[in-house]
Amino acid sequence: MKVMAQMSMIMNLDKCIGCHTCSVTCKQAWTNRSGVEYVWFNNVETRPGVGYPRGYEDQDKWGGGWVRNKRGRLKLRSGGRFAKLATIFSNPKLPEIHDYYEPWTYDYDMLLNAPAGEHTPVARPKSLLTGNDMKIGWSANWDDNLGGSTETIQEDPVLQHMSEHVAMEFEKTFMFYLPRICEHCLNPSCVASCPSGAMYKRVEDGIVLVDQDACRGWRMCVSGCPYKKVYFNHKTGKAEKCTMCYPRLEVGLPTVCSETCVGRLRYLGLVLYDADQVAEAATVEDETALLESQRQVFLDPHDPAVVAAARSEGIPDDWIDAAQRSPIWRLIQDYRVALPLHPEYRTMPMVWYIPPLSPVVDVVANSGNDGEDAQTLFAAIEKLRIPIEYLAGLFTAGDVAPVDAVLRRLAAMRSYMRGINLNGDAGRDESIATAVGMTGAEVEEMYRLLAIAKYEDRYVIPSAHAEQAAELEELACSLDYEDGPGMGGAGPFGSSSGPSVPVAVENFHVLADRQTADRPSTPGRVNLLNWDGKGNASGLFPPAPTEKSDPERDASSPGGGQ
Amino acid sequence: MMMAVAGTETVTPLSILLWVALPYAAAAVFVVGHVWRYRYDKFGWTTRSSQVYENRLLRLGSPMFHIGILLVLIGHVVGLFIPRDWLYSIGVSEHAYHLGATWIGSFAAILTIVGLIILIYRRRTVGPVFLATTPMDKVMYVALGGTIAFGAAATFMLQVFGSGYEYRGTISPWVRSLFTLQPKPELMADVPLMFQIHVLFGTALFMLWPFTRLVHVFSAPVGYLVRPYIVYRSRDEQRGTRTKRRGWEEVKPPDPEKLRRL
Repeated sequence: MKVMAQMSMIMNLDKCIGCHTCSVTCKQAWTNRSGVEYVWFNNVETRPGVGYPRGYEDQDKWGGGWVRNKRGRLKLRSGGRFAKLATIFSNPKLPEIHDYYEPWTYDYDMLLNAPAGEHTPVARPKSLLTGNDMKIGWSANWDDNLGGSTETIQEDPVLQHMSEHVAMEFEKTFMFYLPRICEHCLNPSCVASCPSGAMYKRVEDGIVLVDQDACRGWRMCVSGCPYKKVYFNHKTGKAEKCTMCYPRLEVGLPTVCSETCVGRLRYLGLVLYDADQVAEAATVEDETALLESQRQVFLDPHDPAVVAAARSEGIPDDWIDAAQRSPIWRLIQDYRVALPLHPEYRTMPMVWYIPPLSPVVDVVANSGNDGEDAQTLFAAIEKLRIPIEYLAGLFTAGDVAPVDAVLRRLAAMRSYMRGINLNGDAGRDESIATAVGMTGAEVEEMYRLLAIAKYEDRYVIPSAHAEQAAELEELACSLDYEDGPGMGGAGPFGSSSGPSVPVAVENFHVLADRQTADRPSTPGRVNLLNWDGKGNASGLFPPAPTEKSDPERDASSPGGGQ
Repeated sequence: MMMAVAGTETVTPLSILLWVALPYAAAAVFVVGHVWRYRYDKFGWTTRSSQVYENRLLRLGSPMFHIGILLVLIGHVVGLFIPRDWLYSIGVSEHAYHLGATWIGSFAAILTIVGLIILIYRRRTVGPVFLATTPMDKVMYVALGGTIAFGAAATFMLQVFGSGYEYRGTISPWVRSLFTLQPKPELMADVPLMFQIHVLFGTALFMLWPFTRLVHVFSAPVGYLVRPYIVYRSRDEQRGTRTKRRGWEEVKPPDPEKLRRL
């Protein structure tokens, strides 16, 4: 048994309102640069829909993920090592920019500087690749809220794999939102596809990262990832991907997408797993068994044997403690309401989802029935095969039983809690809980985690270690870098050339410049940084009135404002 | 050593410059340039692929060019670095070598040139690809295209349609003489002009090499064949922006294994 810790995420899809705040804040934080205009580390898809990039789930076309071959071994779907090297001069499975979209801007200047004329000036869209006028025909969420989906919906690979009757009955429409980030898989096929060995899984927290100095731009990771969550920066020629905001996690903060989620639907926490079992678990023959085999890989953090093994692997005690309090563990193993996205890709994804009950509730409520009554909901779950088959296509490789079970638990929670809300303690109907194999107390705990969802319950993030803190880039006061502090200036080949300057050193120079400049940068400003708290900092108070008053001087220094 | 050959009529200052000084300067720039580029600009060390912009022409041109140029490379290694006596001794006669070198070489040359033409055409006509082309790329294309064009011209004019030039008696020993640090510029004096220009273009290409995208040749990922699929790295291996200097390593407890051995 080799215990490893994995930082992972769960999203509660019932609470997603499709506002794209996560996408926008992520983009502002990570990909608002030239060369990654089309890159969305976090995107929100409307389902059913084609996703981003268009139709990425069609692995017959894109060749992502792993397959089990006849000898019962895992191999990369788009070919192993020799196949990769043989096609290195032209990657046959690489999405082109038009499978994403051609990024554009508008000539806003026209709006401000157009001469007076008969017609209102128009800001035309301009391609960010060629600078020419362009017609906008696709983007990252073109079919948002099923917009225009009558034309594109048949391209949804999940719908295509469902049985025939679905296409006919599509007028009984349902939809939900699916926010996606990198899955930070336990068995990442992007890492396996990288010829340079530049992609890696971090030992401490399992985050999958690209070493930008080692990436040589072979683009095999983009094809290898079945979720198409590795992107190619066309300006730098390097692969980039979701970093799970590791600089934030290291200091105990949730990721930007989680922090800014207005629906508060994201959960972050650790999972302990047995790294020795991953390959075996990913190789089980039956695709629908992959969900259960992945659950088997996770280790119970309360088990003393696991704790002992984790300690011997050097996992610190506060990390083990965080794993014990992890909302991820509770939602996956205790309540069993979270499911992985496309386990059939055999990458062992680690961003899981609580499937939405709302398509079912909506149908029940719209038909005039009680959408919060347990028996009505259970019956509806039995009957509404289309949404449930669709969810199974996303989360369980097509097996409806686990989706059924999850939705029943969510329905039971809804119904059980309504009883308490309406009738207080008298309304506790234990039979609802036992119908789905839980106890009333468990249902209430789950309710607290899913519906109350306090910040400290959603995010259980152990920070990187105090004794290592001085070494973390953002906290470091490391002056041990080329040319050291005080040398300053640009590198030998123009500004910003040469290795990067640590943030702490950059700040040091800014402060030093400000403190030693002849004149203050903002006149009248008091520098409290060099004030030790004793006595008065110069300029903090107006000069004391002297005996012989000088009216001219008093007028020039307004009191306190200096 | 230089004095000994300086007396012969075929060695002029110009030939010393072209066939001794220039190659050594190029070799120095090539080696030092790569070391510098690797240390200074790891982030810029990439293929700078433009496949996301355009795939239809690239799918055709890129494999043609790359496979062609790899065949050309193998041909040059055999032709320049293996003395003909060695090949005679394993039964490859002059005639057999000539046939092989000419026909396989011509095939590789056509593959390379057609591929390169497709790629240059693509680079010029596809908008985003042209915009992503740097000045250094253009300079590199001149040097690379010139080298390939004159090399192919020499092969076709002299070897295929001409009487056949025995370069293994002149150019190859000259190249080997450079490596053994006993340069013999007089060997290059009577070499046909086409071959001379090919060599000079090649020398220029080697000097430009470390400063262009051609550096990606040295990251050919052969290590991929032997490494495990999933790579794990510790956060602790490279903390901060720079590796520790010798003598500045952090405080560590002594290795208990070593203590036991005392």
